[in-house]
Amino acid sequence: MTEEILIAGFGGQGVLSMGKIMAYSGVIQDMEVSWMPSYGPEMRGGTANVIVILSSERISSPIIRHFDTAIILNQQSLDKFEQSVKPGGVLIYDGNGITRHPERKDISIYRVDAAEEASKMNSPKTFNMIVLGGFLKVKPVLTMENVIKGLKKSLPERYHKLIPENEKSLLRGEEIIKEIQKF
Amino acid sequence: MKDMTGIKEIISPENLAYKKSEILTDEIMHYCPGCGHSTAHRILAEIIEEEGIQQDTIGVSPVGCSVFLYNYLNIDWQEAAHGRAPAVATAIKRLLPEKFVFTYQGDGDLAAIGTAETIHACNRGENFLIIFVNNGIYGMTGGQMAPTTLPGMKSSTSPFGRDVRTMGNPLKMTDIVATLPGTYYVTRQSVHNPSNVKKTKRAMRKAFQYQKLNKGTCFIEIVSNCPSGWKMTPVQSNKWMEENMFPFYPLGDLKVPEEQPVQQPKSE
Amino acid sequence: MEKELRLMKGNEAVAEAAIRAGADGYFGYPITPQSEIIEYLMEANPYETTGMVVLQAESEVAAINMVYGGAGCGKKVMTTSSSPGISLKQEGITYIAGAELPCLIVNVVRGGPGLGTIQPAQSDYFQAVKGGGHGDYHLIVLAPASVQEMADFVDLGFELAFRYRNPVMMLSDGAIGQMMEKVWLSPPKERSRTVPDWATTGKPPTRERNIITSLELDPNRQEIFNEKLVVKYNEIKEKEVRFEEFQCADAEYLFVAYGTSARVCQKAVELARNQGIKAGLLRPITLFPYPSKQLNKLADQVRLMLSVEMSAGQMVEDVMLSVNGKVPVYHYGRMGGMIPTPDEVVENLKERIKGGR
Repeated sequence: MTEEILIAGFGGQGVLSMGKIMAYSGVIQDMEVSWMPSYGPEMRGGTANVIVILSSERISSPIIRHFDTAIILNQQSLDKFEQSVKPGGVLIYDGNGITRHPERKDISIYRVDAAEEASKMNSPKTFNMIVLGGFLKVKPVLTMENVIKGLKKSLPERYHKLIPENEKSLLRGEEIIKEIQKF
Repeated sequence: MKDMTGIKEIISPENLAYKKSEILTDEIMHYCPGCGHSTAHRILAEIIEEEGIQQDTIGVSPVGCSVFLYNYLNIDWQEAAHGRAPAVATAIKRLLPEKFVFTYQGDGDLAAIGTAETIHACNRGENFLIIFVNNGIYGMTGGQMAPTTLPGMKSSTSPFGRDVRTMGNPLKMTDIVATLPGTYYVTRQSVHNPSNVKKTKRAMRKAFQYQKLNKGTCFIEIVSNCPSGWKMTPVQSNKWMEENMFPFYPLGDLKVPEEQPVQQPKSE
Repeated sequence: MEKELRLMKGNEAVAEAAIRAGADGYFGYPITPQSEIIEYLMEANPYETTGMVVLQAESEVAAINMVYGGAGCGKKVMTTSSSPGISLKQEGITYIAGAELPCLIVNVVRGGPGLGTIQPAQSDYFQAVKGGGHGDYHLIVLAPASVQEMADFVDLGFELAFRYRNPVMMLSDGAIGQMMEKVWLSPPKERSRTVPDWATTGKPPTRERNIITSLELDPNRQEIFNEKLVVKYNEIKEKEVRFEEFQCADAEYLFVAYGTSARVCQKAVELARNQGIKAGLLRPITLFPYPSKQLNKLADQVRLMLSVEMSAGQMVEDVMLSVNGKVPVYHYGRMGGMIPTPDEVVENLKERIKGGR
């Protein structure tokens, strides 16, 4: 099993940390993992993206251009990465601020309106956990149990009080993700 | 031939006026006649011997006239790249905090190419001694202008005299480092006559003793001469130094700690 | 004690491995993409546990000279930086080589020339392998291709540095420095208490004084010293070549790549083989000494070699020297912080096979 994932959005949306939680969860689930971020000034307020690979085998290249799943959190990233989803692959996006929706016909498309939901839940910081919950619903490559463990591992001790809120958001994401197009 | 019995009587311990320090090697020094470096070396050797710290001392020699300093004092040495002695000494002292560490640097080394290393080591209060020999010229490379060359002073790269409008003003590094909280003891001395040699020796002894207190950087400037570079006889150079260098670089303490070393300085 | 599994960035792995390797001192200056190393060390504060000194210097120049001073005391000391900072360190590096001091220097390479980009590159190969500073000298150069190797090569680097009294450079890049992977960390070692007989620790009556220097004005004696270095480098070439082969046994076409490019090429080998092209990969682990003999042997077997690098073509020169005209040798590179993809590497190989340049 190998799952090659791209997460892309604005800096500050928790793109890198969502990837980190996936990677930690993968390690807990005894998988090989790699987490390859974009880095530098573009992270600060600009676009941020990370490639996460989860695999049962040794990972060769951590840098790839085509993905099994792309998780897209803003318009720029959608424009840039829609074509990077492998045919038959999955694109998950948040509709917030999207004016041109995905157009590919050869992939499955899901929408998770996490920004809206996070504000409804009055929990803007767990926005990325709603997205992650949505991903896990579509691609159950990691168990929810291991994701919670991964969350604990990646969060500094002082934030552990926030875990229940994150857990709630993960579950909410599973509920609200909508299938737009099934390939 | 005179009667030798009289000489034998004279060579007796109570008549001893000068004895070569055990720390000085038998290597013949390469310095020009009348140069202050050899006197400064001798003082350093005497202090290390008298304090009994040969096996606890590591020196860092510079690039410049005193590049071969490691040949003359029988202690462990590291030869630093030009200007980098305070960085080298920083690591030595941090990794061997029980040892005595000093750098010995000229004006080009310390006040030009090594300005950053000097200021930052002093600013961190690195607990070693910096000995700064300032003769206002690059001696080793043949008499070029130094950062400390006086206004109007001639050198091979200021053949018409240092023009401060285009060549900048001489840098008073000792005054600068004295303002930094990291320095503990800052003084300016000379070695051109016996009374100043004694003062310098006293300063150097204090600096080594202060190092035991772990209170910060000690910095001793020795205003010195360069008969060859200045194109003077040794006697002329000392006179010129008194008349021109001392007014610009006045001798004396710039920063004296309130706390005195555990051991009182021996009287010289 | 058993090894410990962690998920870490390559940069963090270097820092943690340094503490565990029993390093005595780290001297550095922040620069992207490797600042996590000094940040990690400052946070870990190993001075309180192992006694390891960690100091943020005023410049890369000062940092490498601190390494000189620490190494001269016989201590396990290191510095890390990225390309522009490594250029600044070159003066210190040649003095360290000239004074025959052991130390570890890590270069997390970014693209140049000049200030360039902060994205990963392999454009410092020449600087690391062929010189960098002035004078005849060599660094031992280790090229990690994973976070695991960034950790492992700290200890290996110190071991080689002390065995040969020679500076060791770990030539990594921004991708491996920034990426997170699983890493098995070795149990912590105690800091060494043995003092090499050449170290400056204060002269006891029982030995002659030690002088750490690279200065020798007498050309006859300088030449004798240079010859001694050549003998040392030859011994290193004889004994310390390290490489990894991937699907080379039946390979007809060979990728040669190190570091991040080697990871890309490993995938390219898989993709090529899926298309019926018998590709293989030789990954040099040491760039000096270079696995020339092995490449020369493979030249009798394969039809062509393709050196894949994130540079304009630097290592390809060593591949050519190694095979000495036996087979065609080509270069495929991306620059400026771009990383080649496995697909484009395979496409390039296919073009070479067809004979197109």
